[in-house]
Amino acid sequence: MIEVKDVSFTYPNGVEALHGVSLKIRDGEFVAIMGQNGAGKTTLVKQFNGLLKPTKGEVVVDGVNTREASVATLAQKVGFVFQNPDHQLFCETVEDEIAFALKNFGFKENTIKKRVTWALNLLDLKQYSKTSPFMLSGGERKRVALASVLAWNPKVIILDEPTIGQDQNQKNRLQQFVNQLVTQGKTVVIVSHDVEFVAECNPKIVLMVEGKILAEGSAKQILTNSYLLTQASIVLPQIAQIFTGLAGLGLPTDVINVHEAKKVLLDFMEVDS
Amino acid sequence: MSVIETKALTYTYPSGTKRVLEDVSITIERGEFVVLTGPSGCGKTTLCRCFNGLVPHFYGGKLEGSILITGLNVHEHSIYELARHVGLVFQNPENQLFALSVEKDVAFGLENLGVPRDEIKKRVDWALQTTDIEDLRERAPHELSGGQQQRVAIASVLAMQPNVMVLDEPTSFLDPLGAQRIFEVINELNKNLGITVVLVEHRLDLAARYADHVIIMDEGRVMLDGKPREIFKLEKARLMGIGVPKSTRLYQILEKNGMHLGKVPITSEEATQILKEVLSRD
Repeated sequence: MIEVKDVSFTYPNGVEALHGVSLKIRDGEFVAIMGQNGAGKTTLVKQFNGLLKPTKGEVVVDGVNTREASVATLAQKVGFVFQNPDHQLFCETVEDEIAFALKNFGFKENTIKKRVTWALNLLDLKQYSKTSPFMLSGGERKRVALASVLAWNPKVIILDEPTIGQDQNQKNRLQQFVNQLVTQGKTVVIVSHDVEFVAECNPKIVLMVEGKILAEGSAKQILTNSYLLTQASIVLPQIAQIFTGLAGLGLPTDVINVHEAKKVLLDFMEVDS
Repeated sequence: MSVIETKALTYTYPSGTKRVLEDVSITIERGEFVVLTGPSGCGKTTLCRCFNGLVPHFYGGKLEGSILITGLNVHEHSIYELARHVGLVFQNPENQLFALSVEKDVAFGLENLGVPRDEIKKRVDWALQTTDIEDLRERAPHELSGGQQQRVAIASVLAMQPNVMVLDEPTSFLDPLGAQRIFEVINELNKNLGITVVLVEHRLDLAARYADHVIIMDEGRVMLDGKPREIFKLEKARLMGIGVPKSTRLYQILEKNGMHLGKVPITSEEATQILKEVLSRD
């Protein structure tokens, strides 16, 4: 679905944010891009919808080279939800906000209506359809931003730091929601340094350090490797820390989230007794 | 001696009709490290704004009930007076840094208070040293990384030598290691200098280990108030949407499934230790 071939990127002010990055994301894959502040995570995902074009190398999205397509064309394939929802909200009501892109993409009036209703229901925003997005809380504004992207049904959805400022209930809902998208066959890319959230979601992980990809692998492989994570300024999830500490007792060491931990421990106790 | 004491505190913003604080009665003792948490919109930020008088003096609205900060009645003292005792650090350091160099930013508050030149120099040096950013002295704050900026913001507040430091989600934009380093700086200020800390935080996996007092709010009310271990183990805390540390969450789940650990862990080190004992006992 997305192929990044030896991409380097330098911002106009001379800052080199990406150096020779190559990466393949398959159709329907769920990927988390992790790394320290300033590692180039957001710069990388902005290449996916053509917001930024590589200085060197190329990015191919769903068969289209991003250099040869407009942002508008790419946006129909790749929906981008920004870290700060205020960067993408500007309409007077939530309903208008969700309809805005659909109108731009030239959907028919009754399709727009249907899609808006669908997105409002999906993200539990129906009661706010006539409210100004700016009257809503930060968490609600994030949901509006997400709804407006989902409404045009892109194949790829990118979420930049979706858990910042979200409480645990909101994180749980977000996790369920992301799983739902993956089940529907969407390709989902999240940029995050919320290691506990990522451990619960269990995606494939791409670890970045200083504009390069340091490692790629399953959540189990990456989130239990303290050598790699320390280089990326990330701490092991608590559960992984616990199971690393329990090494030698005959338990598996690649346990990263609470539900797995429960199963492993209860099984262990049963076998033992 | 208590540094913060509120009784039946109730507040409504001038534009609002709903009470944002409802009958809040809390006591924070000198030298405590308090973690204040609760779901989004629970009123925790508003409560922090009362601690240095931003509510009601800057925001207006109707504040009822009593509130004493280091013995000063907030109703009767200005933000200017209260700010000498209570320093506030915000979520996004960009909102409070504006000078051309780190040194000037850290000195700004002191200059405003009319502190003599020599004294300013001494305190700025000390604050930069304590937060370990002496090497950034001449740099422009806006060129720094998020973690460095947050240290500058903390140094600026520290230079005022407040009795109480209130930090409102100071690490939400930082990566985990950057966040951990900031928590360690805050913890040192608390343990070594005896500064009372009120930390508003969602990331309890990282922050819980430093706390000796936890207050959980929901819909403007204080729902739980006590020792971290006692509070985090309660099912009620989780149901309210509190991200209890994963170690404590594991304890809750095992407990429910008939595996009893005996002690409540709030850090991974504690959980490891307790599990080792339990697993080798059988």
